Amino acid sequence: MTTIGSTADYFAVFDLPRKLHLDLAQLECSFYRLSRKYHPDVYATKSPQEQQWSLDQTSLLNDAYRTLKNSVARTEHLLRLEGVVLEAGKSEDGVPKDSRVPPDLLEEVFELNMQLEEMRMNRKMGEDDPQLRADLEKARVTFESQLAAVDSNLEEQWTKWDAALDASPADEKTKIKDEMVALLDRRRYIRNLVRDVNDALEG
Amino acid sequence: MTEVRIVGIDLGTTNSLVAFMQSDKPVVIPGEDGLNLVPSVVAIPSSKQVVVGNPAGKYLVTSPERVVYSAKRLMGRGIDDIQEELKLFPFHLAEDIQSGEVLRLQVAEQQYTPPEIGAYVLRQLKKNAERYFGAPVTRAVITVPAYFNDAQRQATKDAGRMAGLEVLRLVNEPTAAALAYGLDRQKEGIVAVYDLGGGTFDISILKLHEGIFEVIATNGDTHLGGDDIDNLLIAIALDDIHGELGLDLRDKAEAVQAIRKAVIEAKIALSGADTARISVQLPGGQPYNREITREQFEQIIQPVLERTIGPCKQALKDAGVTPEQIDEVVLVGGSTRIPTVRMLTDEVFHLSQRGKKPHTELNPDEVVALGAAVQANILEGGSKATQDMLLLDVTPLSLGIEALGGVVAKIINRNSTIPASATEHFTTGVEGQANVAIHVVQGERELAKDCRSLARFDLKGIPPMSAGLPRIEVKFLIDANGILHVSAREQRSGKEAEIDVKPTYGLTDEQVESMILDSFDNAEEDFRLRQLIEARNEANTILAAVEKAPANPAWLQLTEEERQQIAVLSEELRILKEGDDLSSLRAGTEALDKATRRFAELMMDAAVSTALGGQTMESASEKLGEGPTAPHPFAPAEIK
Repeated sequence: MTTIGSTADYFAVFDLPRKLHLDLAQLECSFYRLSRKYHPDVYATKSPQEQQWSLDQTSLLNDAYRTLKNSVARTEHLLRLEGVVLEAGKSEDGVPKDSRVPPDLLEEVFELNMQLEEMRMNRKMGEDDPQLRADLEKARVTFESQLAAVDSNLEEQWTKWDAALDASPADEKTKIKDEMVALLDRRRYIRNLVRDVNDALEG
Repeated sequence: MTEVRIVGIDLGTTNSLVAFMQSDKPVVIPGEDGLNLVPSVVAIPSSKQVVVGNPAGKYLVTSPERVVYSAKRLMGRGIDDIQEELKLFPFHLAEDIQSGEVLRLQVAEQQYTPPEIGAYVLRQLKKNAERYFGAPVTRAVITVPAYFNDAQRQATKDAGRMAGLEVLRLVNEPTAAALAYGLDRQKEGIVAVYDLGGGTFDISILKLHEGIFEVIATNGDTHLGGDDIDNLLIAIALDDIHGELGLDLRDKAEAVQAIRKAVIEAKIALSGADTARISVQLPGGQPYNREITREQFEQIIQPVLERTIGPCKQALKDAGVTPEQIDEVVLVGGSTRIPTVRMLTDEVFHLSQRGKKPHTELNPDEVVALGAAVQANILEGGSKATQDMLLLDVTPLSLGIEALGGVVAKIINRNSTIPASATEHFTTGVEGQANVAIHVVQGERELAKDCRSLARFDLKGIPPMSAGLPRIEVKFLIDANGILHVSAREQRSGKEAEIDVKPTYGLTDEQVESMILDSFDNAEEDFRLRQLIEARNEANTILAAVEKAPANPAWLQLTEEERQQIAVLSEELRILKEGDDLSSLRAGTEALDKATRRFAELMMDAAVSTALGGQTMESASEKLGEGPTAPHPFAPAEIK
């Protein structure tokens, strides 16, 4: 069984070019305007055909808005539109955890996993080790800043993409896309780490 | 005929209401007894009789086995879901229910599904609205707890259909409340609606902008409400009685009902007073009395109320806002009258420290129904008050499909604006495979077995191809009611794949259909009969007043001719009311009423010095406190 995401162009729903920098306030404004036009409430007493049309339009609009307002989902959507096959893992709450450790993080991840394991053991025994807790807090800060770094790298690529969109040759664009795919993989990995640390601390 | 209205209905765990938009204001439609709340209680005293609302309540003490209440807790649920409820509620289930089957309640010798019980309540509300408008009502907006899952929503919609109502929209209760509050004030900002009702708890966070009500997050617990408070108090009383009087009443349904009534009275009293008394006459005549202070009460219910905190925090987190960013908090549901609940919301949303107070201006029992009426009006095309209003709601639970190893692959996340859709592609694993089974679940847990099973689909009739070659596109769509629809297509052959939908805990279309016909036949008959009874009551009222007339000095002031005419018309009416010709009976009543109009005026003149012009016999005698009072506060319903 394979799952491949839908390929409807969500940028087109809002009449937008396929650019990654987006004015969210303006997007919301368009979303409200189009909702007033398509929403099933407006067609509640109309014919079944009109109701079906409204349902299709509104669900497409909602799916598009939900995807575009989230920067990661937006980037992934653009890559799919551009023919990139992304890992099975889906955006945000992606279920299959990416198992490839980014090489530069190998050492830190190894240490973190030891600490997480220790934390789990402690919890089982009903103990609390303040030193371990402090270490994990530190790890959280480290990985959160790593995450922020990835996001800012991604934004740089957006800028490059937006500039390249109309002007640059295909191989230039392919380079940017590959760069973004790598950054998204790294981001997903770090994000899962942050989640694990948070879970362990809040448990 | 006047335009047929769409009504708004709050089908509650404890009470239900029907409302509509009267020009620019939503109003609740009272029942025959003049009361706005119709208790969601259904009594079936005999196989041919169904009693709903306040009149059904009296059977609770005399024959509890023939009464069903709080049936909303069972809507769209299976036997495995309700083990907790069974410990606390005297639900009598049919004995042969299998796991994964729609529940059936055993009421004396008959069985009813929860949607059928809901349908009886809805039919009563429909009748109330029809007598108010004097016209049939066929379309409605019905509210559901925001945290209701697909099966619970579908069950509610089925209930509407069985009651002869086309359900144009299911609206989430907290969102409806926000609509009612948002109507008369042009608010902008972020609003939290805290809704603690009889059986369910919801928290919704909305963004209000230029008439758009956008829900950004919702959370809740469909097993948490005032009922849980009552059950705690009942358990304490039962323990008390066991300890002090040596009586074990746990299995005595009548006694438990009597205690339930007493603790509810005490609970309500404690929202205003510092102490209250639980007093019950036990079977055998022994009295049970216990005083309970507000402090004790608060201690007892604290664990129940604290269960609302987690969902509130989760909703704030999902919405991406801090308590400080919440501009307004609206309290909904009867249980929010309890002072501790208000303190709790104050703490969760940091209200008083910011100089704010929660909104409680609208009656917490009625606000949801009023909001449903507003939504009904929007669906009708809107009025001046609602023309810019649009509600954008979300799905409360994530939708997923079971993947390899029983893991859930989420396809639509919770808090996605609805309608929402997801398209997934499936293929075969074996050469020539013709079917693919798909299991759809709803919930937040990682494993399918911990989520709510919605349906199992079989994609059938896949053309024979090598393994992995077919490409079946399946579209999952959650509509504006929060209900799932699925369609599928094999893309290589272009063939529409056949889907066999087996809702895990739902009724099939055929089952719903058969239940409609049953109640519909009765409904027609019931309605005619009720109109006749009402017309007879009216005739009796006026005849009783006429009978007393000669004793009044004003009688002598009438001419001989007038007195004669009254006598003749009275005699005619007496005959008419024994028959069952509705329109003649009404005409007879009207004629006699007209003939006695001058007498009524004279009598008023005599009784009070101020003349009240235009009074009729009926109303004048009522004002004077003589004779029977009118049986209903409204003009009789008239359907032609």
